[in-house]
Amino acid sequence: MKTIYLDNNATTKVADEVFEEMKPYLTELYGNPSSMHTFGGQVTRKIREARENVAALLGCDSYEIFFTSGGTESDNAAINGTLAAIPQRRTVITTRVEHPAVLATCRELKNHGYTVVELGVDGNGLLDLDEFRRSINDDTALVSIMHANNETGVLFPVNEIARIAKEKDIIFHTDAVQAIGKIPINLARTPIDLLSLSGHKLHAPKGIGVLYVRKGTRISPFMFGGHQEAGRRPGTENVPGIIALGKACELAGRNIEEENNRVKKLRDKLEDKILASCPDCRLNGDKQHRLPNTSNISFEFIEGEAILLMLDRYGICASSGSACTSGSLEPSHVLRAMGVPFTAAHGSVRFSLSRYNTEEEIDFVIEKMPPIVNRLRELSPFVTR
Amino acid sequence: MWDYTDKVIDHFLKPRNVGEIENPDGIGEVGSLACGDALRLTFKLDKDGRIKNAKFKTFGCASAIATSSVLTEMIKGMTLEEAAKVTNKDIAEYLGGLPEQKMHCSVMGREALEAAIENYRSGGTKKHELEGQVVCTCFGVTKNEIERVIRENDLTTVEQVTNYCKAGGGCGGCHGQIEQIIETLQGEKAHAVHPAPARKPVKLTNIQKIQLIQQTINEQIRPALRADGGDIELVDVEGNKVIVAFRGMCAQCKMAEFTIKDVVEARLREFVSDRLFVEEQKDSAEQPHLHREK
Repeated sequence: MKTIYLDNNATTKVADEVFEEMKPYLTELYGNPSSMHTFGGQVTRKIREARENVAALLGCDSYEIFFTSGGTESDNAAINGTLAAIPQRRTVITTRVEHPAVLATCRELKNHGYTVVELGVDGNGLLDLDEFRRSINDDTALVSIMHANNETGVLFPVNEIARIAKEKDIIFHTDAVQAIGKIPINLARTPIDLLSLSGHKLHAPKGIGVLYVRKGTRISPFMFGGHQEAGRRPGTENVPGIIALGKACELAGRNIEEENNRVKKLRDKLEDKILASCPDCRLNGDKQHRLPNTSNISFEFIEGEAILLMLDRYGICASSGSACTSGSLEPSHVLRAMGVPFTAAHGSVRFSLSRYNTEEEIDFVIEKMPPIVNRLRELSPFVTR
Repeated sequence: MWDYTDKVIDHFLKPRNVGEIENPDGIGEVGSLACGDALRLTFKLDKDGRIKNAKFKTFGCASAIATSSVLTEMIKGMTLEEAAKVTNKDIAEYLGGLPEQKMHCSVMGREALEAAIENYRSGGTKKHELEGQVVCTCFGVTKNEIERVIRENDLTTVEQVTNYCKAGGGCGGCHGQIEQIIETLQGEKAHAVHPAPARKPVKLTNIQKIQLIQQTINEQIRPALRADGGDIELVDVEGNKVIVAFRGMCAQCKMAEFTIKDVVEARLREFVSDRLFVEEQKDSAEQPHLHREK
């Protein structure tokens, strides 16, 4: 059975070009870049190139790029590192819809005497910037607000948020894990201080990420060890991962237009057809301010896990904000923050596309979706006919 | 992905006995849309009083659909006395087991069956009602139900209780109560699972003392207060005087004085130093960080 992969916000396929690029560094060229011999040292040049490729995609300088193990580590390092550097301020502003890597880190801070302000969102998942402005005070040390939401794809105006934070001289971190590679960003034009990205969301492998730290931003390391990454992120470099991420960023820069045209058109087609062919369903998240690849749809009266397993029979991979898929009992914190009724949240399905999807695949999903929804509704006690 | 048995997948993809019996002898309805799963079970008896036919309609995940389907198969041919003895364990075993976090689906099956039998015995008048005091308000689970899953499945932790009947899976406000119920029923067994040895260093520097006080508040005191919707913050330490502020429900609580002596001070003396005493900072309740800016 062919796999139709529409779960690219969870993880992505490693691009063939990326794999080819990293392969020698897993096999023959296994040297340690810190070594004094040529065999190890030759790797250093490749790491520098990778760093430059990442910097080029973000529009920053290569010495502002610090390689980490992924998005979660970058988020933890940004939040804990900033707060450790500004001990006199004890308030953090974030949102209720952040990824757990940010939200759980912030909530843990409450146990250490910090005040954490969690900004709410409206029914479309958008922030109120006036509320954000009002929430800033003299005790605010850090603002951490995501660029694109992983569940709905809704975009926050990080450029404007960055400017507001800058005016008040407050450090601004953004978790841009879902945004990088899907929409353009230029750190030369926007005063974001810290930014997290993750390799496996843009066709590099798992286990590699980046924390961008704007020059001059004070941040304490929260790991200690060797001199690597200027001492900020010690530990022997994940050489194959770094080289892969460099290549993936180079490709992302080239493909970003395709993401915003062809992929977006496929997403729109999938979404429009499903909304038209399945009764009692709704789109979650603002239609305008959204990633080009993500669509989150709720199907009333049926449950998300059951939908996913039915799709799975056809090789279709998607995900859900239903309680049952997470093992917790409550549905997605993002959908609940948006005020999506429990009934619709339990039946939510997220489709997230990539440049590897074809129109044929999308047509296949469009064909399979209505009978699956009908089948489950036949079983549902809430549907009377 | 869940590790479902082939039998679960089979009953999910090809559910048996879907639908509703017209003029049924018994109807059992449990769960709700908000809870994430719901089941309507109907059955018809033959002239010997055995279940001739049973049908279901279910809103829920794969395991909820599979347990409903398998339940209708299991009970066909049973007398009501036999059917009343079916436990959630029987249903799960019939499916070759369920993931631990999905055990509540088997409990929902058993509840629906009971409700349907009760409905029949009351001549079709009685609907499923919650019996006893509601412990988990998020999912509407009563003390009776919690006690029952603990007994029938030999549960010893709050997490297990949540997996089996959802109680405690929402705000977490009832965790303390569930712990008490487990303790009452399981007694020594529950204690053996959670040893909490108190460790008390001999001589502490000021910094060590303050850190240990903070750690004790974080690990030993705060979880108990959070269970009742409250919270506590360490404001300052002056010699042996520990100044704390209560937050949330605790801030307005009339029992605060009792909590200070009986919980906060007792714990701090147990874990840090016998000589500590605790005072509450009252005036900061509205402005949590006033003390820092002074």
